Amino acid sequence: MDVEDIEIQLFVRAMQLRHGHDFSDYAPASLKRRVLQLVQTHGTGTISELNRRVLHEEGFVGHVIQGLSVPVSEMFRDPQVFRALREKVLPVLASYPQINIWQAGCAQGQEVYSLAILLEEAGLYERSRIYATDFNDAALAAAGEGIYAARDARDWSRNYLEAGGTLSFSDYYSARYDFIKLDKRLRRNVTFFNHNLVTDVVFCEAHLILCRNVLIYFNNTLQDRTLGLFRDSLVRGGFLCLGTRENIDFSPAASGFTDVDHALRIYQVGGIGARPLTR
Amino acid sequence: MSRHDAIVIGCSAGGLTALQRLLPGLAPNLTAAVIVCCHTGSADVSLLVELLARVSALPVAEALERSHITPGMVHVAPTGYHLLIEEDHYFSLSVDEKVAWSRPSIDVLFQTAADAWRERLVAVLLTGANSDGARGLAAVRRAGGHAVVQDPEDAESDIMPRAGLEIAGADACLPLDAIAAHLNSLCLP
Repeated sequence: MDVEDIEIQLFVRAMQLRHGHDFSDYAPASLKRRVLQLVQTHGTGTISELNRRVLHEEGFVGHVIQGLSVPVSEMFRDPQVFRALREKVLPVLASYPQINIWQAGCAQGQEVYSLAILLEEAGLYERSRIYATDFNDAALAAAGEGIYAARDARDWSRNYLEAGGTLSFSDYYSARYDFIKLDKRLRRNVTFFNHNLVTDVVFCEAHLILCRNVLIYFNNTLQDRTLGLFRDSLVRGGFLCLGTRENIDFSPAASGFTDVDHALRIYQVGGIGARPLTR
Repeated sequence: MSRHDAIVIGCSAGGLTALQRLLPGLAPNLTAAVIVCCHTGSADVSLLVELLARVSALPVAEALERSHITPGMVHVAPTGYHLLIEEDHYFSLSVDEKVAWSRPSIDVLFQTAADAWRERLVAVLLTGANSDGARGLAAVRRAGGHAVVQDPEDAESDIMPRAGLEIAGADACLPLDAIAAHLNSLCLP
């Protein structure tokens, strides 16, 4: 066995036993890349030296979590997905007196604000509640701030229009120096909190769950567990939206979902053709 | 039994034309899996897949997350994601930061493929206008794999093959039209 692979296993054990973070069901290839990236960033030379700091150095685990969690996204990434949410999903959600949405793995919050804008423009935001979760506290804090680099605003404006935005993206932020700050009114019905998909359980009855490009970092076992968690969190007829290249065909838990738009990975729980749920 | 189980190919500027010349030359009975990472400007890889499928001797499809890597088939990395090879020879994807301004990155594909196939891997670096792939090629050679670089004099854009030769060196440096035959000789029984 490769020395590096032994070191990675020790790293996973150290994170688990010392800090209670379980990465053992992450997809191995990308986990290895990220751990090697941490070695570079922190100049530890070897994974073993990284492990020593994980075990002995107070506060170092925060940097490690930062390096191992879902990276930066963009506003209205894959605009056609947001267009489909606007056209196919929100009209159904409009029939509920109270709409609960779970953004799982919200990272720095770009998709949370995209969603809030979508709901605002559909006239549904007042009766919506967005639960935005991540296991990375630093990302959650950044998401709550809603401050992003101004250089991204131009791409995001284009995304916004392609997603069917009815106003101008610049109506939603104020620019200062090299940063944009999103209107804090977009946050009024958002609750940010720490939730770990690996270990935590159902916490709400959701009508829509967005979790894009998070499951790609999990192995089949953890993907299946997470999809089961989503299925159990959704009301009958509730929607799930994943990343456009994610593949859930091998997951037993996926049998509870039917396609709303397969190409865009929008699913519905307990729709026509779904097998009966065993809970 | 062939000596090599997989061929990974990386290219950027001029890559489509180069692949359209290389793929028709591969033997139709090749049992190695072929995996292509080509930087394209477009948001969707389906056009690239279609153009390659028209000329390729082997079937061509987009590399699908969590799917098993099929021998004798050309798999193309989707746009906007890094394509990684798991040790059990399945594909996985990531949206980690760009590497050498690229996602998919050739380095990421080559490095993970080197871990998965070791000496049973062939890596091919073709035309391109940046240095993505050079570090990946070095990883392939360290793991005992076979590195092929397109002759820079012959490449539409010589930056990528030159960077490959400089950083990793190569087991073979060939003009484009000689590469398919070389791959066939490495991979056929």
